[in-house]
Amino acid sequence: MKRRKIDLKTLPAKAGDEVEDRLGVATPLRGIINKVFPDHWSFLLGEIALFSFIVLLLTGTFLTLFFEPSLKEVVYDGSYTPLRGVHMSAAYSSSLDLSFDVRGGLVMRQMHHWAALVFMAAIIVHMLRIFFTGAFRKPREINWIIGSLLFWIGFLEGFTGYSLPDDALSGTGLRIASAILLSIPLIGTWATSSIFNGEFPGDIIVSRFYIVHVLLIPAILLALITVHLALVFKQKHTQWPGPGRTNTNVVGERFFPRYTIKQAGFFMAVAGVIAVLAGALQINPIWLFGPYEAGVVSAASQPDWYVMFLDGSTRLMPAWQINIGIGNGYVIPPIFWPTVVLPGLLATLPMMYPFIEARLNRDNKIHNLLQRPRDVPQRTALGVMAVVFFLVLVLSGGNDVIADKFNISLNATTWGGRIGLLILPPLFYWVTFRICLGLQQHDREVLAHGVETGIIRRAPDGRFYEVHQPLGHDHAELDYAGWVVPKKMNRLGALGPSLKGFFRPLERPAEAPVSPGHPPVEGVPERREIESKH
Amino acid sequence: MSVQTTGSNGNDHGSPVPEEIDYDDPRTTRFEKVKAAARQDGVEIVHYEPQYPEKGSRLERRMSRTVGLMFLLCGLFGTAFVVLYIVWPWRWKQGDVLMKYYTPLLGVTLGLMCLFIAFGVLIWGKKLLPREVSIQDRHDGGSPKGDRRAVGQTLAYMVEELGVKRRPLLGLAAAAGLAPVAVVIAAPVIGGLIKNPHADNQLFTTGWAPINEPGGGTRLVRMTRDDGTPIRPADVSVGGQMTVFPGIPEGATNAHADSPTLLIHLRSDDAAVARANNVKGTGHDKFDRSDFMYGDYIAFSKICTHAGCPASLYEQQTNRLLCPCHQSQFQITNNAIPVFGPASRSLPQLPLDVDDEGYFVARSDYLATVGPDFWERP
Repeated sequence: MKRRKIDLKTLPAKAGDEVEDRLGVATPLRGIINKVFPDHWSFLLGEIALFSFIVLLLTGTFLTLFFEPSLKEVVYDGSYTPLRGVHMSAAYSSSLDLSFDVRGGLVMRQMHHWAALVFMAAIIVHMLRIFFTGAFRKPREINWIIGSLLFWIGFLEGFTGYSLPDDALSGTGLRIASAILLSIPLIGTWATSSIFNGEFPGDIIVSRFYIVHVLLIPAILLALITVHLALVFKQKHTQWPGPGRTNTNVVGERFFPRYTIKQAGFFMAVAGVIAVLAGALQINPIWLFGPYEAGVVSAASQPDWYVMFLDGSTRLMPAWQINIGIGNGYVIPPIFWPTVVLPGLLATLPMMYPFIEARLNRDNKIHNLLQRPRDVPQRTALGVMAVVFFLVLVLSGGNDVIADKFNISLNATTWGGRIGLLILPPLFYWVTFRICLGLQQHDREVLAHGVETGIIRRAPDGRFYEVHQPLGHDHAELDYAGWVVPKKMNRLGALGPSLKGFFRPLERPAEAPVSPGHPPVEGVPERREIESKH
Repeated sequence: MSVQTTGSNGNDHGSPVPEEIDYDDPRTTRFEKVKAAARQDGVEIVHYEPQYPEKGSRLERRMSRTVGLMFLLCGLFGTAFVVLYIVWPWRWKQGDVLMKYYTPLLGVTLGLMCLFIAFGVLIWGKKLLPREVSIQDRHDGGSPKGDRRAVGQTLAYMVEELGVKRRPLLGLAAAAGLAPVAVVIAAPVIGGLIKNPHADNQLFTTGWAPINEPGGGTRLVRMTRDDGTPIRPADVSVGGQMTVFPGIPEGATNAHADSPTLLIHLRSDDAAVARANNVKGTGHDKFDRSDFMYGDYIAFSKICTHAGCPASLYEQQTNRLLCPCHQSQFQITNNAIPVFGPASRSLPQLPLDVDDEGYFVARSDYLATVGPDFWERP
């Protein structure tokens, strides 16, 4: 019997055929491989969030192997001698074991924490990019809403995770959370005792938060992220205006190979940065805080950065208590406004913003081209106003540290925050608005009169003037196309490209420098005419 | 720079069907086949240019050497990670210096390993692969009109067939019958979790409530340190303060998280002011506090009335108590009323006394409500 020889050359094709006969994936796969993605550095901010979420899932799974989500009281008996013999919860004790008695456990814990901080930061920065460029407009409102939800759900995920180790800081955070819940009119006490199973802290909250933190919220996050990405895929990415780029096309690189390679590299870069942060910068050293006891707290107890704005708003709120004189009397405590009403507004108003803006502009069109922030001064100014509002709150969340380090009166920092919160946002609105108008004007000026060359000429009559390099033919005034206007001569090719090589140039440089992200583009129609003969 | 549009990629989805090419034709190059395949997805590769015009040029060779170096460095740091993970001393020992570098070394080697993969892959993709500009048509505005009509008509027909409009009874019965189903799903979740906050009057009692003796009568609760030892007046020096807990089982644990109390020994002139203010009753509650102090000793709940943090920073000079969480400040010598920050209610005061053996006791539980405020606080 003769064995059939395997033909290595035709093997991939054969294997592919076999797969295809069963699954029929070639057509969708071709579509995915050929899908075009536009390229710009600012389109990668959301990916940072996605990639740190993957790091969170991986490191978090490791942590669950060792963490014991229980408030059962134990006596610590691990390697860390300063805490030996101390009564504490099993949650805190197992968190200490993770840090000291699991080989490499601490680096995993720190990676998990750093990845969470990066995740939330990336979401914020990504949302700012979306907002300031108008990428939330029709048809992408749903993705904007999902993005906002991702922030708030990520916020809850971060808070539940922060509460798990049951150290002094996390217990204090839980205590404040219970006070916030308590403050809700009518249902406050019922909600609190239902969540904590009785009076604070009870003995079950860590077990409940654990399942919320490792199963419920991650599942919701994963589902929302999946829908988010699927929508980006379906609706195709927005792009900046530019040569050949229209509202009805996408100009960029195909998904495979360049885009995929960049994504893979970028994932490794994000993971690498998180790992270096986790190694080099200590975070949440719970063994220094000790176990949570209701009577113990230290000064400068700050939450994670993305919770600090709430801490700040709570600190700035004046002691305005509302008494309702019916029956025995009812109370709305001051903490209700900055921690329930304010976040409620902050969660809902931004979600509605795309519809508000469309309504105000009577705009029902589909927008696939991004806007430069300067071209929409009202929106940009509004965004800067929101950012300043947020920053004042974040800084106020650490006003005790500011007061201490800069030797300012603590009460003065609180008053500074109160006044700043009211005055700075409108001020920055106005300033931003003016800057946007100024930038717009300068763009038009360059388009009309050309780029400043720096060459000063003297006319025969003694006048001095600067020579301008016009951008259009025959000094014609150009229209603004929504994209960067060159404002320096080297942007026009006046300066040669830099040569590569240390002692002597490795290669002759290319003729003209190409603006990054703008390789010479020929329009589609000409190519079509030549190639597809219709 | 005018924006060009073509007649073929407008909103009408009228882009021409690209002609099939023969993928087995040896006369066309593979790239031409790739372009043809892309065109089937409405993608036109309009610019595809190798980064190095001549193959195997110095610059190209240098670039590929760089990529190779990146991968080698990645392997180096990966190996370093594994070696350090195994051999470096990692157990915590008092005063051990080497052990302290275990986590930093792991993190940095792991991070550099990942970063060098990133650099290798990115340089490969960005510097060695040809530059590319492709253009793909968008198909916004949803499905073609015919499809929309088809789905709309089908759905409308289904509604008609069900006949809810013609048979209103059915609709009503279904709505009425299905409503409890939603409740049935919610009931176990809510019912299992819900817990009456007013059971045992828990919001208004603390560990300081006098204990009912088995034989009748009540016993006052002693003040203890966190190790359970009772406190005599002499244990707190003038101007000093101490966190005290109810002398009951688990009194110093989180089972009685509302009970930690700050016992302060005021200087005698401050004490006189405090006593006078106690009598005047400027506190935010309506209780008679005139005999709450014991000598120059005064005791307030340590649980902030704002968010429940322990208000623990006591400034001796001004007799102010500061809560480090949100900086509420309470004037101890004036019934602990809030003088700054977001707290709106004074700290509850604990009536003090000394028992027969000379130890501090609480004469009764707090009369005002301890801890953060809530809706139904009277």
